[in-house]
Amino acid sequence: MDAILIQILNGLDKGAAYALIALGLTLAFGTLGIVNFAHGALFMLGAFCAVTFSKVISFSKQIKDESVTIFDAYKEIPYLEIWWGDFGALIVDFAVPLSIIVAIPVMILVGIIMERGLIKHFYKRTHAEQILVTFGLAIVIQEIIKHFFGANPIPTPAPDIVSGSAAVGALVGLSENLVYPWWRLIYIVFSGLIIFAVFAFLQFTTFGMVVRAGMADRETVGLLGINIQKRFTIVFAIAATVAGLAGVMYSPILPPDYHMGMDFLVLSFVVVVVGGMGSLGGAVAAGFLLGVLQSFASMNEVKSILPGIDQIIIYLVAVVILLVRPRGLMGREGVFED
Amino acid sequence: MKKNDTNKSRRTFLKTATASSIAATAPASMFYIKDAFAAEDFRNNPKDSKTVTLGFNVPQSGAYADEGADELRAFKLAVKHLNGEGDGGMMNTMKPSMLKGNGILGKKVAYVTGDTQTKSDAARASAKRMIEKDGALMISGGSSSGVAIAVQGLCQEMGTIFMAGLTHSNDTTGKDKRRYGFRHFFNTEMSGASLGPVLEKEYGNERTAYHLTADYTWGWSQQGSIKKYTEELGWKTKAAVKTPVGAGDFSQFITPVLNSGADVLVLNHYGKDMVNSLTQAVQFGLRDKQVNGKDFQIVVPLFSRLMAQGAGDNIKGILGSTNWNWSLKDAGSQAFVKSFGKEYGNPPSQAAHTCYVQTLLYANACEMAGTFYPPEVIKTLEGYKFDGMGNGATEYRAEDHQCFKDVLVVRGNEKPSSQFDLLEVVQEVPRAQVEYDASLLGGELGPYKV
Repeated sequence: MDAILIQILNGLDKGAAYALIALGLTLAFGTLGIVNFAHGALFMLGAFCAVTFSKVISFSKQIKDESVTIFDAYKEIPYLEIWWGDFGALIVDFAVPLSIIVAIPVMILVGIIMERGLIKHFYKRTHAEQILVTFGLAIVIQEIIKHFFGANPIPTPAPDIVSGSAAVGALVGLSENLVYPWWRLIYIVFSGLIIFAVFAFLQFTTFGMVVRAGMADRETVGLLGINIQKRFTIVFAIAATVAGLAGVMYSPILPPDYHMGMDFLVLSFVVVVVGGMGSLGGAVAAGFLLGVLQSFASMNEVKSILPGIDQIIIYLVAVVILLVRPRGLMGREGVFED
Repeated sequence: MKKNDTNKSRRTFLKTATASSIAATAPASMFYIKDAFAAEDFRNNPKDSKTVTLGFNVPQSGAYADEGADELRAFKLAVKHLNGEGDGGMMNTMKPSMLKGNGILGKKVAYVTGDTQTKSDAARASAKRMIEKDGALMISGGSSSGVAIAVQGLCQEMGTIFMAGLTHSNDTTGKDKRRYGFRHFFNTEMSGASLGPVLEKEYGNERTAYHLTADYTWGWSQQGSIKKYTEELGWKTKAAVKTPVGAGDFSQFITPVLNSGADVLVLNHYGKDMVNSLTQAVQFGLRDKQVNGKDFQIVVPLFSRLMAQGAGDNIKGILGSTNWNWSLKDAGSQAFVKSFGKEYGNPPSQAAHTCYVQTLLYANACEMAGTFYPPEVIKTLEGYKFDGMGNGATEYRAEDHQCFKDVLVVRGNEKPSSQFDLLEVVQEVPRAQVEYDASLLGGELGPYKV
């Protein structure tokens, strides 16, 4: 039972990242009809918002380390700690969660610039052309990040208070030895909140209603005199922000590097296809489902029967779903079928 | 008949004369005479040039980039010392030594660098560029055994000496050993031999191990050696799972350990992979677990201070082995630490130490041979015995080009006295305990002349 619970949690943790990226991808596709291969780069940009914020607030003064005698060594003490003592140290420690405040406006801006500057010129082009141009854009973004931050992963730790593990076993009446890292639990909850917020926004606001109408029939909404284009720009910015926030919060789990977005992008596209092109609920459900399946496939008991299954399970499921249900789990008729 | 005889005689004369003139004008290189090496030409022979170029090929990106950066610092320091700049570092303690601080054989040392990207193909391309375009006479560097073996093979083909940096797989001086390749760093067989008795003393004979192993030559080699030595103690091996290099998130490999029944996790990872896998193993509560009535333990067979720095508190109390540590008190180590620390503000890592030593050893071998001609330099290095370089009396074994010296078993320091005091030396294992027969790991060195 312990093993099953731990695999479910592990699957939800990875699935949460897949779901958040796939949600943004589906939003962009459902509203703008754009197959955005630069979406993974937005996830990576979010993670680098955390890195940059962390570096800025950790800007340090060098102080001679008297404990080293064989040569002159220096310790780095962040200025915030020098100025504000423990409170300053606390701010530095909470760099990742605090970087969300910076990441939201940055990602909205990036989304708007991307959509207005490039994507809008490709609305009426073929999907193949869209894929080519957004893939090119992703590479440009990657190379810019590589130029400024280097090619190596940059450790971006979670706050000390949540760097340990939670006794989840004791909470649900199982073994006391059953623990799970706090930050990964926070990530699962965080992604749930973001998904809920996006759905609530689309479901309960007038803006969301128009967007949903636009997703169903863009032409008719346009004929009603609604500036659907302006709304779609905002939707693209929201999609970018969702991907960015997913990246910010994932940075303590996977030290960010310039390539991290591409690693997730391919899997997230599979998630979108399995969930059903254009279906927000399908993308979220498929994200979590495939994350959990991948986690169970990595169990030794499974791998001893099917070696290497953990590496291919997601693609295998995608093939089966497409054969049995070509529109994906929750795909709508007519989407991507012209 | 007579006429014929005359003709024959003239023909014989012509043949003899031609053969004699060819023999008289033939270059010396047609004959293999030991002391005639210096007269031969060879790839990147510096001839009348005032400088000699060395090629430093290190990972500047990828999972081993931190080690690569420190290796490069050490190479630069070695070049500085060879050219008579700075305080001379280990050149003052190395015995025997013919280094004078005037470059190598009177030629100023210059260098070029390359990025291996921790990938064999990229490393080979980079080394090839340094040899063919930059005129590098010797290649050094590494930080991955896959890379070291690939570059060593290339160097053998091109007749260029390769002084390996950090490479720990048995294969480098075992089945993939080459005449043109030399390794100062220890290997996984020596890690197993040194660590085994300490593991027995600390954790007993009844343990069940679970290996997570980097999926390439070094990981396989280390897993094999640790498995061999722990099973000899009576330990069982529950599972040995291969993980991709640079995986970042190891959670899917760590969660199956939790309920596997194993009470020791052996992390056959290095560099950032080790930092990530150890941190995540601790986050998943492995160090707080009790399994089979015993405290769960984690072992990191190949340790380095840089990794300890990256892993922070998670490293405390964990056992492993290392080639060298900056806290050693011998004159050579102290001289190097002082010199390196003055230059960069940090003590050197074991990767930096081995690269620095290798550069000095190559330079000294050229001085001793009196030539840059590779076969002569190789012969000088083979069986060369030296001291004053940080690991006690050391020998470059002629049969496999592996250095034999003392090995350190270390533990993550529970009470560090400074920001760098991260590894506590548990035992300096004498060379005799880690020595093995050259035939154990197989392989053929290949020819001197290529």
